[in-house]
Amino acid sequence: MDALLQFIFSGMTVGAVYALVALGFTIIYNASDVVNFAQGEFVMLGGMITVFTYMAGVPLPLAAVLAIVATAAVGVALNKLAIEPARGAPVVSLIIITIGASILIRGAAQLIFDKQLHRFPAFSGDAPLRVMGATILPQSLWVIGGAILVFVGLWLFFTRTLTGKAVLATANNRVAAQLVGINTNWVMTLSFGLSAAIGAFAGVLVTPITLVSYDIGVGLALKGFAGAMLGGMGNPKGALVGGLLLGLLEAMTAGYLSSQYKDAVAFIVILAVLFVMPHGLFGSKSVERV
Amino acid sequence: MLTVEGLRSRYGRIEVLHGIDLQVNTGEIVTVVGANGAGKTTLLRCLSGTQPASDGRITFRGESITAVPAHRRLKRGLAQSPEGRQIFTNLSVEENLRLGAFLFKDERVDQDMAEAFAMFPILKEKRNLAAGGLSGGQQQMLAIARALMGRPSCLLLDEPSMGLAPLLVAQIFEVVTDLRGRGVTVLLVEQNAFGALKIADRGYVMETGRISMSGAAAELIADPRIREAYLGL
Repeated sequence: MDALLQFIFSGMTVGAVYALVALGFTIIYNASDVVNFAQGEFVMLGGMITVFTYMAGVPLPLAAVLAIVATAAVGVALNKLAIEPARGAPVVSLIIITIGASILIRGAAQLIFDKQLHRFPAFSGDAPLRVMGATILPQSLWVIGGAILVFVGLWLFFTRTLTGKAVLATANNRVAAQLVGINTNWVMTLSFGLSAAIGAFAGVLVTPITLVSYDIGVGLALKGFAGAMLGGMGNPKGALVGGLLLGLLEAMTAGYLSSQYKDAVAFIVILAVLFVMPHGLFGSKSVERV
Repeated sequence: MLTVEGLRSRYGRIEVLHGIDLQVNTGEIVTVVGANGAGKTTLLRCLSGTQPASDGRITFRGESITAVPAHRRLKRGLAQSPEGRQIFTNLSVEENLRLGAFLFKDERVDQDMAEAFAMFPILKEKRNLAAGGLSGGQQQMLAIARALMGRPSCLLLDEPSMGLAPLLVAQIFEVVTDLRGRGVTVLLVEQNAFGALKIADRGYVMETGRISMSGAAAELIADPRIREAYLGL
């Protein structure tokens, strides 16, 4: 029983990170149908920039804010320099552009920063909290709380605000969006900025637990993508549940089977779910009459 | 209200509009009729800004809008209900209408929506359903209602009767006639030449990217060449 709770705690922590990456995917996907594979790099940049500004003597909260703002600027630049000029290209080409961008950002980070593993102190200390015989790091609570906060924020954004609806409208029909007065280029810029900021936020939260180096983005992007697919691409609820589920699956497999199999079991479960529910757990089956 | 002079447009290297001249006066219903492929839809897309003009000039309410991007033209009072409806299929009927008034945040939005529901009661019934599940006629009503939510002074209507049952076509044309009473100027593009000319004040006939005839709608209906070529009489 203690062991189970322990696995749940570690699964929730990892899962919350996947959920944050998946939530980042959600926004850009909702605005443009593009899956942005540079999303993992945004997480890396969030961690790395915080580490290096903190080492330069900036207080940690300010360093974190700077990192999030700088990463959002990278996201906006990615849209302006690489995605917008390719307007009209098929979605697959745009996805390949994001893969190229992720390689570029990784390479640049390796040159500008270094190849070492880094961390900065946890926000509320490193002393584990005891809960019913299991332990959890205070930083894990920050990560889980952060994922829930971002989820609630996005949920309200897409369902309650006109700007959020404008993002959905732009993805659904770009020409019609322009006809009702939506500046679709601005919507794309907003989406990339927001996605990058969420990714960086995840990087800031998770670095004290998992450490950060220039190459952590690839794995995170893949896991976040898997979580988003599992939950249903484009749905914030799906991203949250899919990410958490994936984390729990990994933790259970690592705990009860072997950590060697944790990736394999997770992906087998995802394949099985998608085989039965191709749109994911919360994906909408699109109804369209012509 | 709307003046078009020497408008040319091309898809790649193929020019489809070879210099269009056209005028719409305040309070009129003007129709552009012509066969499939004559360039009618391209003309409207140039007017709404979703297709670039390669030459010529579009003047709206005294100002040139030729270089104004599509999303800024509605702010000036020019709305389009596009061909093939182009509604937001995965959003609800109500969300579609609210987005039609994207530029506005005042109380008049609710009032306009109530008016739209009064005009098309079926939309009120289905307000919370995904717009993609509506029938073709209902989608057409939604497209028109959404365009009106933008409070246009001039409405560009592209093929509102396309693919609809005759009873619905009559209903849509009735709504278009009502718009004139509300002070909305209408430019109506139609393949259904007879129906369009019957409700219009003036008409233009388009053939392969050129205006071939123009005049009062009643005269065009009576013209033997038009009757033979477009009305099948």
